[in-house]
Amino acid sequence: MQSAVNMWPLLGVAVIVLGFLLRLHPVLVVVAACFTTGFAATMPVEALLASLGTAFVKTRNLPMIYLLPLAAIGLLERFGLREHAQAAVARVRSATAGRLLIVYLAVRELSAALGLTSLGGHPNMVRPVVAPMAEGAAEVRLAAHGAVLDEAQRHRIRAMAAATDNVGLFFGEDIFVAFGAIVLMQTVLRAEGIEVDPLHMALWGIPTAISAFIIHAWRLRRLDRYLAQGIA
Amino acid sequence: MIIRVEYFYWLLGILLALVALMSFGDRSNPRRWTTGLFWALYAVVYLAGEDLPPSMAGLAMIVMALLAGLGGVRSGKPDVLPEDARRASAARLGHRLFVPALVIPAVTMAGATLLKDVRIGDLFVMEQKYLTLVSLGCAAVIAVGVACWLTRSTPLQAGREARRLVDAMSWAIVLPHMLAVLGLLFSEAGVGKAVAQVTTSYIGLDSKLVAVAVYCAGMALFTIVMGNGFAAFPVMAGGVGVPVLVAKFGGNPSVMAAIGMFSAYCGTLMTPMAANFNIIPTALLDLPDRNAVIKAQVGTALPLLGANIILLYFLL
Repeated sequence: MQSAVNMWPLLGVAVIVLGFLLRLHPVLVVVAACFTTGFAATMPVEALLASLGTAFVKTRNLPMIYLLPLAAIGLLERFGLREHAQAAVARVRSATAGRLLIVYLAVRELSAALGLTSLGGHPNMVRPVVAPMAEGAAEVRLAAHGAVLDEAQRHRIRAMAAATDNVGLFFGEDIFVAFGAIVLMQTVLRAEGIEVDPLHMALWGIPTAISAFIIHAWRLRRLDRYLAQGIA
Repeated sequence: MIIRVEYFYWLLGILLALVALMSFGDRSNPRRWTTGLFWALYAVVYLAGEDLPPSMAGLAMIVMALLAGLGGVRSGKPDVLPEDARRASAARLGHRLFVPALVIPAVTMAGATLLKDVRIGDLFVMEQKYLTLVSLGCAAVIAVGVACWLTRSTPLQAGREARRLVDAMSWAIVLPHMLAVLGLLFSEAGVGKAVAQVTTSYIGLDSKLVAVAVYCAGMALFTIVMGNGFAAFPVMAGGVGVPVLVAKFGGNPSVMAAIGMFSAYCGTLMTPMAANFNIIPTALLDLPDRNAVIKAQVGTALPLLGANIILLYFLL
């Protein structure tokens, strides 16, 4: 091969893959990968530490998104927000966990497509409202047939609630013209000498956005069928 | 700027310092000294920020990783109201409980759209570079105020509740942060170039279907490794998208870009590296399996990746 590209930094990727496969502690795996990558790129320890520190301070805006809402959400939970979300949905007789999450998927994807990406999220919507509502709907459904929700089913519903938020956000926001990904694509293509209209890229995202909705909604229907297995 | 992002870094720093103090004094936590030290170090990163010498910040990160990795970060016994008290309070407050929870998205949206480019005199009201984050910060503060008023509680109680949730999520809180550091280090060390070299030099791209499949699957795989579609896109678009799909097969660059980015997002759904989307929720929802959310998403991500390959093949 005629390449001058240094292949050694790939060792860091190998450490990550191996660490996650062996189910070692993720934080230790990440730090081990940092050191492996740094040494493979022949950085001295002092420079590597400084490089890590600069990056650590620079990216400290990232955890804010899920840390800042915690005080308000925690206080509301103390006074029964989750219990109320469950009780409120229990009154809607046609509600099932799957149907409720399909509605949430539609709302999340459409609002993200309009640029309203902050209208959901795991700390401020999924944990206090969406997941308890889905669990509540399933509990009422099963109770009507004299069955109870077991732990595995409960965990499955919560995981699907979190997944629904992610799917709605990812495949909605990319058809919003002013979203960062569109700007990034335009910049990358411009560097390659190709001019594209952001509106066209947003429009060509729509077939995938619709596919994502259909596939995930079908899986939420299957969640209902899985939950109904407990009913004899 | 009138409202700067630093104010919220300091606010979070104060909250983390409070968590550290409460941890030191929590006798129900078997590892209260190491737990407290972990949160104190994190508080320093937010309070000192850029004033911290880079190598000291790096050292703080390593010490935090070791404390968490060796089991030094635990939680105490949370002080929660009994369930019947919570139910009684839920019945009393009713739908009003949703109001502060909805204040957070509503104020964030209002700030990010209405206060963009707004200035008083020569000063922007919000720091424009971090507009969403600053709006979210204001929203969180207002929501705490409304929640305190509604429940007749003090901001200190809100701080205790924040600590309860921080304690429950434990070290998972810093995982996305450390992965972001690793991502920056990866690009500094040239990992992207090496991966592109491997994917493009070993696979024949003579048939259009193979080229489309390699492009989409490469986006997803690269994102699984890096944890971020934004890192994958320049590499795969530059390596396969532009030279092969556009130049050789005469494809429409807009379609290539849009579906390529969505293929990268299929990868995001399947990787523990995207910890803020995939690992944090398992901590927030008390799921015992760290990979529960990823497992729930694979069934959507793989068929969607297939759909992307078919769509790109016919729309290109």
